[in-house]
Amino acid sequence: MRLKDWARSRNGARAVGVTATVAFFVLVEALIRAGLVNQFIVPLPSQIIASIPRIIAEEHVLDRFLQTMQEVLWASVMIAVVGISIGVLFFKFRGLRLACESWVGAMAAAPIVLLYPLFLVIFGRSATTIVMIGFVAGLAPVILKTIEGLAGTRAVLLNVGRSFKVTPSQQFWKILLPAALPSVFVGLRLGLIFAMINIVGVEFLINFGGLGQLINELAERYDLPGTYGAIGFVILTSMLFFDVTARIERWLRPVE
Amino acid sequence: MSAAAPLPVAALGIARLRLAIVLVVLAAWEALSASGLLFRDVIPSLLKIGAALGKLLASADFYGNLGVTAGEISVALLIGGTAGLAVGIALGANRFLSQAFESLLLYLGPTPKIIFFPVMIMWFGVGPGSKVAMGVLSCFFPVAISAAAGMRQIDRVLIRVGRSFRATTWQMVTKIYLHAMREPIINGVRLGLGVAIVGTLLAETKLSNRGLGYLVIQAYALFDMPKMYALVIVLFVLSIGVNVAIGRLGRGVGTK
Repeated sequence: MRLKDWARSRNGARAVGVTATVAFFVLVEALIRAGLVNQFIVPLPSQIIASIPRIIAEEHVLDRFLQTMQEVLWASVMIAVVGISIGVLFFKFRGLRLACESWVGAMAAAPIVLLYPLFLVIFGRSATTIVMIGFVAGLAPVILKTIEGLAGTRAVLLNVGRSFKVTPSQQFWKILLPAALPSVFVGLRLGLIFAMINIVGVEFLINFGGLGQLINELAERYDLPGTYGAIGFVILTSMLFFDVTARIERWLRPVE
Repeated sequence: MSAAAPLPVAALGIARLRLAIVLVVLAAWEALSASGLLFRDVIPSLLKIGAALGKLLASADFYGNLGVTAGEISVALLIGGTAGLAVGIALGANRFLSQAFESLLLYLGPTPKIIFFPVMIMWFGVGPGSKVAMGVLSCFFPVAISAAAGMRQIDRVLIRVGRSFRATTWQMVTKIYLHAMREPIINGVRLGLGVAIVGTLLAETKLSNRGLGYLVIQAYALFDMPKMYALVIVLFVLSIGVNVAIGRLGRGVGTK
């Protein structure tokens, strides 16, 4: 493959993207060193990279990462159990669904995280507040997607089940739930992303917990390279989380 | 379990069912408030919340702070929306650029933006600038992602017609692209506005002396729970109301 063709290919485009990103950071480094950008506002990218081993060792980043992940895990379990149950309930009782589905939709658009002072009063400045905000923020997409998945089950599958005289319980576990699973997982993925965003955000806002608190602490100490490094670590964590959940979703999606 | 079983409350009517649910929730709230199970005023009575809401809506101070927040969000939406639209159109129109840089947008989109607040304070100060910057950062990603997706959905015939008339890039954008992607743009703006509201208000709760976010955190600091509930109600009604209004505007525009 000629260089020109390779540069136009998908891999070539990606390489250009990565090169441009690296070139951007090199440019920022050069501008700061030339005194055109104030290094007391934007630290040198090389300093940021050098700060990463320090914040990993001294600030216990891995422990904080595990703490945040533990909060995400608790919120995820609650989102899955409560969200799917409510979705199934709404599917089973159509009147309830018609009455409440638009409310759940409005809840998905509502700025739930703004309730954090209220949760602070109820649950105190603790991990419970963080987990509960994550749970409430991630609930709506799971409910909506569970209803969508169950309601979208192909009639032929239900008819086959009826022809085999399956019990209502068998119909749910053997037909409805497996058919709805891809849609349910889309909702779960959205819910988990919402939960994670809100959990890290509330950790930062109330200065408690894992990675969010770390950024707040480093910023308050005016440790600029550390603050930028910790932000980079959170971005990497989010990217990893996003990627893993996307791969699981693709794996669950039926082959078309 | 049967699929969409006939509901036992069909005769009651959806409106009546909704009313019943609302009444049950309000009665449960009042009972919990009077029970003394939680600390005093954590769950204030509905009368107290109603009185606080009335007092809030009658105070000039509230409208002054509402104006500050609304101004910050409007500027954020203007800057972030315009930048997002430009980047989205560029990525959607050019396959190479999309392959090179769109993954950055997709990965950075779901990161919790509030963690950038310490950086925004250093760049733009503790005044409204840092709150506007938070709003810009929040709304840029959904608008850009939505615009890029919208660009790819434009009928190729329209683009070929524009090119056959030798339209300039500006004419292509204003006469073809923007008209053909009204709905994705409005959906992106809708999403962008939602996250801009959250980003701006959270920044106000963290460090500010003006705006609705500041009022919420002041109410928390003074343990004025009825006022906090009143503010949360107002924020939710405004956020959901604006979201619904833009959605209707989008449908109206789309049908013309």
